[in-house]
Amino acid sequence: MTQHAYIIGLLPLLGFLMIVFFLRWKEKVAAGFSISMILISWIMSVWVLLETIASHSGSYESVLYEFVAFGSFKLEIGLLIDPLAAVMLVVVTTIGACVEIYSVGYMHGDPRFSRFFAYLSLFLFSMLGLVLANNFFMIFIFWELVGLTSYLLIGFWFEKKSAADACKKAFITTRIGDLGFLLSLLLMAFFAGTLNYAGVFEQVAAGAFPPAVLTFTAICLFCGAVGKSAQFPLHVWLPDAMEGPTPVSALIHAATMVAAGVYLVARSMEVFVATADGAIVVAIIGLITSFLAATIAITQNDIKRVLAYSTVSQLGYMIMALGLYGYDTALGHHSAGYYAGTFHLMTHAFFKGLLFLGAGSVIHAVHTNDIQEMGGLLKKMKITAPAFLIASLSISGIFPFAGFWSKDEIIASTAGHPIFMFFTLLIAFMTAFYMWRLCFLTFFGKPRDQQKYDHAHESPRTMSWPLAFLAFLATTAGWVGIPWLSHGFASFAYHGEPYHPHASWLMMGISTVVAVSGIYLAYLMYYKRSISADKLAEKFKPLYNLSFNKWYFDEIYHVIILNPILKFGNLMWKVDANVIDGAVNGTAWFTMLWSDVKMWFDKWIIDGAVNGSGWIVRKIGNGLRFIQNGSVQFYVLFTSTFVVLFGLWKFEFTFISNNWPTMTIIFIIGVTVLAILTKMVTNKEDGDQESKQEN
Amino acid sequence: MFHYLVLAAILFSIGLYGVLTRRNIIGILMSLELMFNAANINFVTFNRYIISEGLTGQIFALFVIVVAAAEAVVGLALVLLIYRNWQGIKTDYVNVMKW
Repeated sequence: MTQHAYIIGLLPLLGFLMIVFFLRWKEKVAAGFSISMILISWIMSVWVLLETIASHSGSYESVLYEFVAFGSFKLEIGLLIDPLAAVMLVVVTTIGACVEIYSVGYMHGDPRFSRFFAYLSLFLFSMLGLVLANNFFMIFIFWELVGLTSYLLIGFWFEKKSAADACKKAFITTRIGDLGFLLSLLLMAFFAGTLNYAGVFEQVAAGAFPPAVLTFTAICLFCGAVGKSAQFPLHVWLPDAMEGPTPVSALIHAATMVAAGVYLVARSMEVFVATADGAIVVAIIGLITSFLAATIAITQNDIKRVLAYSTVSQLGYMIMALGLYGYDTALGHHSAGYYAGTFHLMTHAFFKGLLFLGAGSVIHAVHTNDIQEMGGLLKKMKITAPAFLIASLSISGIFPFAGFWSKDEIIASTAGHPIFMFFTLLIAFMTAFYMWRLCFLTFFGKPRDQQKYDHAHESPRTMSWPLAFLAFLATTAGWVGIPWLSHGFASFAYHGEPYHPHASWLMMGISTVVAVSGIYLAYLMYYKRSISADKLAEKFKPLYNLSFNKWYFDEIYHVIILNPILKFGNLMWKVDANVIDGAVNGTAWFTMLWSDVKMWFDKWIIDGAVNGSGWIVRKIGNGLRFIQNGSVQFYVLFTSTFVVLFGLWKFEFTFISNNWPTMTIIFIIGVTVLAILTKMVTNKEDGDQESKQEN
Repeated sequence: MFHYLVLAAILFSIGLYGVLTRRNIIGILMSLELMFNAANINFVTFNRYIISEGLTGQIFALFVIVVAAAEAVVGLALVLLIYRNWQGIKTDYVNVMKW
């Protein structure tokens, strides 16, 4: 099965093509077809994962198609299945299948229902292709495809101006990061002479890159991940991407778009391992992102925005763990960061997918995004609410849910870096706080908007079942990484070497205390109301405003980047209007003038020459036309005359004078001709008279 | 040799004169025969006096006679057609190819 893993990626593409070309107008068939495709992909992915486990985390690589070769430098389409890819395949297809099934209910009645499924299929195809790639060039192709499809999906409701703006913002912001990615590809192609993962890593290890260049390459590569995974300072697009349909948000946040960036960093880990400077940049950016996003999430009132910032925060976690791994390994220390980052990527996919689908279900029920207008929904939504709470427990890091195990590993990976550890714990505290603030406001307490509360209802089964399934995974997915397992996730990720992180009771205890205290604070503030949130906000007004306005990032970018660009654009417009247009119009005016001159020349000189030659020919013809008078005898006369003249010209005069007989003959002929000519004239007159008589 | 050549030249000239002056197509054909025969005399003469062995010129003359006979046949057939079309055989009738 592993050698046919490319089929996993091609099935959603088939779904996309079928819907686009044949099933556009058959909504139910379209949805069913794409869901069955992703389900088959899912089954195959699980199979591939099992085979990879059975082969003791071996990796399988094959080149399917080589489409450009410049000498030894080749661009190929290839397949690489290793533990990381196998896990990602399962994560992507699981979330993908859940989202597609969920969308049947959520998108019910949308005028572009089939198109939505087509886009989802294309999105999954791109992401699976990205996961399966065996070289940087192929990952770049699918990387861009992911960007394109996310653009299409975020802007799915493009009638809304905010959605149209958001998709543009997402596309352009990630494009900035992609520039860095492309630059690193060129550097790799130049210094390593190949884009194949293994080939590049070999060259990196062999020292083919000068150290400064290697650092630069690593940072450029990381730029791509910064754009895609919404890291500081390019994180601004992700919260705006909430304008898309909620299943899309779930897909983007859990399995596809943002996961791609983390996947890229994990995939090219060996580049970062070789450069401590590059790796520490990664770690610092991850930490800043994580902290910023967590502070912003605390004050947001839009349910999806809170989740969006929590995603940014969690992604920062993963990036930080991966960066620390690179840094520690480069310095020769031992680190659990790589395993922690990828493990958290997996568990996060499940509980974040669940959170978004649950939020979608809530929005579907009450028709608002504002958590201040919700409340008490636990009684109304018997499946959604427990699922959402499980996911919240998981993300907060409460034993024994999935998030507990992975978050624990991330905290463990900061060992040896006190500042990192402090902030990581602080972020964990904030995460627990804002998630439970969300939960308490949404599901507990008294309904704050009675009308909406009365209207609320549990979502249809196509929506609630995926929730239940994901709730199961959000609980259990972490168990594969329990530290006491000698062949758990950690050893799997490290290619089968028996490895298990130290199970530190202290660490677990601290993280649990932190999480529980965060939840307890949220409980006091938003359930018991013994601490007034409003008063706190009043007291720390500047901080509150800073957080509520997202640290003014959008405004800062507007002033620093957008305004100068707009002004420059205006300036250019003026240049355009005056200089360029003037030049163009001037050229046109001159051309017209010149063509007038040419017209005059044409009319009098050229036409004159043509007409003149015609006139001359006509005159000559008129003069000569008496020759062709229809009388055969006249022709013969003419011919023989000229034969004689030719003879005269041909034989030289000396010859003529020495040969008087010839002269005699010529004389006789000449006399004859003269006689005939005279005769002709008279004959013609006769003939004319005769023909007149006949008429 | 000289006399023969003069004879041929005179004969040729008479033929040419005939061709150019006769209004009757039959007459033109007859004059043409004269010109052929002038050429024949030249052939035989040159063969006799310049090469003096072999019979190339004589054979060529015979060929000319045969071809002339064939030509006369074609010519007379044309004359017949002209007669049918114009009820006469004057050359002036045949001037339809004029401008």
